[in-house]
Formats: sequence, C-alpha cells, structure tokens
Amino acid sequence: MSLSNRHLLGLSGVPKEDLQLILDTARTFREVLERPIKKVPTLQGKTVVNLFYEDSTRTRISFELAQKRLSADTINFSTSTSSVKKGETFKDTVRNIEAMKVDMIVVRHKSAGVPQYLTKISKANIINAGDGLHEHPTQGLLDMYSINERLGRLEGLKVCIVGDVAHSRVALSNIYGLKTMGAQVSVCGPSTMIPFGIEALGIKVYHKIEEALKENDVLNVIRIQLERDAGRRIPSLREYHNYFGVTTERIEKFNKDIVILHPGPINRGVELSSEVADGPYQVILDQVTNGVAVRMAVLYLLGTMHS
Amino acid sequence: MDIKAKLFDEEGFNRTLTRLAHEILERNKGSKNLVLVGMRTRGEFIGSRIFQKIKEIDKSEPDFGVLDVTLYRDDFRTRLKQPEIGVTNITFDINDKHVILIDDVLYTGRTVRAALDALMDLGRPTTIQLCVMVDRGHRELPIKADFVGKNIPTSINEEVRVRIKETDGEDAIYLVNAPSKN
Repeated sequence: MSLSNRHLLGLSGVPKEDLQLILDTARTFREVLERPIKKVPTLQGKTVVNLFYEDSTRTRISFELAQKRLSADTINFSTSTSSVKKGETFKDTVRNIEAMKVDMIVVRHKSAGVPQYLTKISKANIINAGDGLHEHPTQGLLDMYSINERLGRLEGLKVCIVGDVAHSRVALSNIYGLKTMGAQVSVCGPSTMIPFGIEALGIKVYHKIEEALKENDVLNVIRIQLERDAGRRIPSLREYHNYFGVTTERIEKFNKDIVILHPGPINRGVELSSEVADGPYQVILDQVTNGVAVRMAVLYLLGTMHS
Repeated sequence: MDIKAKLFDEEGFNRTLTRLAHEILERNKGSKNLVLVGMRTRGEFIGSRIFQKIKEIDKSEPDFGVLDVTLYRDDFRTRLKQPEIGVTNITFDINDKHVILIDDVLYTGRTVRAALDALMDLGRPTTIQLCVMVDRGHRELPIKADFVGKNIPTSINEEVRVRIKETDGEDAIYLVNAPSKN
C-alpha cells in the first residue's frame, strides 16, 4: 500500500484509502512515541527542509521532532534569519536549497498556493504545513486521528467547527478530510465568520453555540485569530465569548458527552473558558502528541515512496 | 502455488512446536525471566502456539509480545512496493530478560538483524535467542538460530511457505517453486 500522490498539499481530493492509510500508519508511530527510545532508523540518509515563511511553534517543533524520530536530517529555515531579508526571491531561495540535495520540503507560507507552486520548481516531496487561508492538512489529519482515538470511529459522527471558519485553513482541511471519511460536518459562528454559500457543500450552519453543542458529538473550536483581523468581524472578544464561548456551564447544560478539540494556541476566556481548556471534555494535549505521530506517518509514507 | 514437497502436515507441525517449547524450557532452565516475542506476521502465530505449549508444560505464563520490524528494514530504497507496517505490541519490560525471538522461516537473516535493532531500542535483554520453524540456508549475515524446527536445504529458486490455521486455514509447510519475476 502506498499513497496515490507524492506530495501532501491539502486534504481536498485525497481519496479515502489514502487518509485511512495515513491514520493507520500513525497508530504504529503512536506506539513508537511510548517507547523508552523514541526513535527508529527508517528515514536515515534523507534530508528534510522546514521552510517556514510564517511564525509557528507547535507545527514546526512537531515536524522537526517527527523528522528526528525517523532519523532524517533536518534543516530549519525561517525568514527572520535568512537572505530573504536581503531581498532574495522565493524561487531563488528554493532553487538554492534544492541544489544542496534535499529530499523533502515542509513549507508554511502566508500565501495560499505556495506548496503547489513548489511542486513545479522542485523535485522534492512537498508537505504543506499551512498556506494562507487555504489548507493545513496535517492539522486536519491529527484532528481526525484524535477524534477516532477518543470515539473509535469517524463515519457517521457529527462534528461541528466553531469559530472564524471563513478565515481558517484548519477549518477547511477538517471539512475536506472529515467529509471524505464519512462524518457529518457543520459549522458554527457569527455570520461574519461563516463563508457565504457553505450550505451548498452540504454543511449545516449554526449561529447558536447551544444548538451546536446539543446536536454534535465533537466540537472542533478554532482560534479567534486577531492577527488575521478577526477584530473587524466581531464587536469585541468579550461579546464573542458571551455568545460563542464554550464554557463548562454550557457543556453541562446541553451535552456532557461532547469532545472538544482546539488546534492551539488557545485564547483563554475567548473561544474556550479556562476551565474547559483544562477540563475533562477536551483532548487538546492528545492532539499535540498525536500530531507528531501523524506527521511521522506522512513523512514515512512520502519519504519511502518509489517514484 | 507450485508445490514441490509438503514438508510438514498438521501433526508434524504440532509435534515440532511441542519439541521447540521443551527445548526452550530446557535451555533456559524453566520459564523464569523468559519472554516470548513473535515477529509479524507469521512469527506472531507460531509464537502464540509456543506460548500455549509452555503454559501447558511448565504451568507458567511468560510474557508474550509481537514485534513489527518494518521501520528497521534495510531495503526501503530497493523494494518496488512500499511495505505495510504493523504495530509493535510489547507492553512488558525486556530489560534483564531472556528474549526468545520467534519467526517462521530463517533465510537471509536480514529480518532478524532488523529485529535485533528493534529489540535493542526497547531495552537491554540478558540474552536474545532465535527460534524458527524452518531454516532454509542462504544466510547473508552472520546470524544463526538457537532453536530450529527443521533444517531444509533449498535452492534460491525455491520458497518455503508456512501456512497456519489463523491466516491460511491449515497448519502445513510446503516447498514451492518461486513464482517467476517477469
């Protein structure tokens, strides 16, 4: 069994068998992460570049750990300490890095489509670690893995994505991936944050968090991203919390079986109350652990593939 | 399957497993500090049979686990098909234990090399001993089995097929002509 594409650019259009293969493979690596020596020699001699044109803590560390635990050689690149400051173009930077013989590139960029463009100018396997408002496929995969780990299935589950869906690549990757795996996806948020016409994709829209809680098995609560101008779409963070914040009172009143996901970093007291963020309904730190396993699975499946 | 000879039928298979279990207990003076590790996929089932035998003979229950060595293989770059990987399930401590590594057929020794590396990443056993149903020769590495069901000299153009009830519906071992690779 191998994946049908040698890059991972997004979850849109990825067949169910491929998603299942990644999730199954991640289970193997989850076991490796529990060992005293959390390292296997599988990608020995492969070189991976982490090309991060946008800030990141979790994703970059998670990818780097995944690479090291597979024994790949890793190079980290971030714009603030590179020749991008001297005015080198993206294409020149990539060409130069590739001339040093790298096998895989993990890329994050503020513009959508950059990973796709990379596949045209580089021979390496490309993994998208977030491109603009487009997709963040490994986050989508680790969310699905975490849901499956907690509830034992994805098919037929009702999953609601809460927050600024219109400006979230996490939301989009979740929607594509979960729909392919047979889950029922809905979204919840103020109308300024819900993409126009999303109902056409067969996605239910909630404008009341109470209803979303009541009718779903899982809430994937995404962050209010002030750096993406979220402030212009809501009157205030406090008002957002009052109407859409997930709190213990709301959970206990409307659905005690709910599973809460959050991709981090959390705005405590905005999308989640602090109590919920640390409470029994969430799987937030499991998501982080699973993230390493899922990324190991993707790196393994792409890195050992024959062209 | 182009069969040349049936090497074991169900009875022979069972007798050999009984003998192997006795040998393992004899050499290790009982099952104290003994752990059994079957290698996916067929070694897992042979391992669980030997585990049952030891339970009957010795009235003791050594730990039994399953090892998947795919991540430690040396042929990722040369194989045409990406190998499927399974989950290792060894939930006990192997430090200072006598590990009996169990597989169906010993051939080039490369899988065993991978298994040794995988085991070393899980701890530091006192000894690792290798138990196989069939040793067919043609070693490419300096590796030797401690417990052997049957030594069968083979040619490179032959294959040894171990079939077991759990996956194949019968307990038997066949010598077959290798399918041509064109």
